[in-house]
Amino acid sequence: MGDLASAFSTAFGLILSLDPAVLAIVALSLRVSLSALLLAALIGLPLGALLAVARFPGRGSVITLINALMGLPPVVVGLLIYLMLSRSGPLGAFGLLFTPSAMIIAQAVLITPILAALTRQVLEGMWEEYAEQLRSFGAGPWRAVPTLLWDGRFLLLTVLLAGFGRAAAEVGAVMVVGGNIEGFTRVMTTAIALETSKGDLPLALALGIVLMAIVLGVNALAQGVRGIAARWAG
Amino acid sequence: MRAPDSILPLCVEGLCFSAGDVEILRDVSLTITAGGPTLLIGANGAGKSVLLRLLHGLLPPSSGRIFWACPTEHAACRQAMVFQRPVLLRRSVLANTLYPLALARVARGEGEARAEEALALVGLADRSADPARKLSVGQQQRLALARAAALQPELLFLDEPSASLDPAATRAVEEIVLKLAARGTKIVMTTHDLAQARRLAGDVVFLHRGQVLEHASAETFFQQPASATARAFLRGELVW
Repeated sequence: MGDLASAFSTAFGLILSLDPAVLAIVALSLRVSLSALLLAALIGLPLGALLAVARFPGRGSVITLINALMGLPPVVVGLLIYLMLSRSGPLGAFGLLFTPSAMIIAQAVLITPILAALTRQVLEGMWEEYAEQLRSFGAGPWRAVPTLLWDGRFLLLTVLLAGFGRAAAEVGAVMVVGGNIEGFTRVMTTAIALETSKGDLPLALALGIVLMAIVLGVNALAQGVRGIAARWAG
Repeated sequence: MRAPDSILPLCVEGLCFSAGDVEILRDVSLTITAGGPTLLIGANGAGKSVLLRLLHGLLPPSSGRIFWACPTEHAACRQAMVFQRPVLLRRSVLANTLYPLALARVARGEGEARAEEALALVGLADRSADPARKLSVGQQQRLALARAAALQPELLFLDEPSASLDPAATRAVEEIVLKLAARGTKIVMTTHDLAQARRLAGDVVFLHRGQVLEHASAETFFQQPASATARAFLRGELVW
């Protein structure tokens, strides 16, 4: 019990003293996950919007597939990206394995289906409402995609936050493709896993607390955004 | 305002529309000319709204043809439609009005002038920065009318624009419709409200069970309806 208490007090000490090692790990985590989010959003949001408006044979199967990919295990994504980026893999020439870039790619692959599937769900109802009016204005499905993305902006922010939360909290993918190299590819989740197994509980706890605070902050932000959305969406 | 190459008259020949096995419109032939508002009247389910959607190009006819006085793609951008329930974008009142103008490639400055003028016409000029979906239902319908009016269409389709409104809001909608008609916009409007049809109509198309039973000037139709069904309808009997 005394160990736990002292671990907690050391952990808070590390956070409050802005320990450089902790800060570097937190900064890399945010950099990797936010970059992954940006990359995934550029693909996932338009893809989801297009799936919401387009009608084509096999659409149902595509939606089922993307929904299924939401549950992709991070370790498996890590393994696939590892195979692609390893020296003998098709993208091995770029030498990205065990770099932050590889981690960004892996997390982007992990959350793109999440963003696409949630975007499709959020915008499909809106499209049902808008379709006839937009056609009356002479706007086809292609023109409807940016319209829906803009009109669904508050709802899509919560979609983005969900994607960010998933990326920031996963450990498997970044562990496999990043390698958890101290000072280079060590992020919060991999550091927690390592320090816990080493028995350095204060550092693991400190990072755990920061991670929880970020997740909590993200959710509070989502709540606030929903409030603004209610004001506009009516 | 009217360009020499008018899209009217609009001629319809042998128009049929079926949804699955259900025949909704049967052999509708009709000519709609420039002039006062044309009111499509008939009981619920007579096919009024479907006819409007066919004319506006939102539904493909099962058979029959629709001819404009100009090429169809040219006619498409000279007409607009307001629906029974207005579909407003999740944007400000002004942004809603500007949206179709941007789609129609109206230059930004001119678009803004047109939007402001249209909002003033419907009495929403002071609400232009407000979220559109926070307006009352009556105001939402007025905004939908302003959005259509800003396009300066030659022909405006109105599908029961006041069906879900209270008397005051209905009156506001009718005033706007008359203002637009006075400006030279051809109005083609459905209603199941006979009193409204009497107030607005230049000519009347009476639909019954998917067929056009009569097409006459308002005066003729309301004074001397030709068919027994129309007479019964005008007496307020339930014709179905």
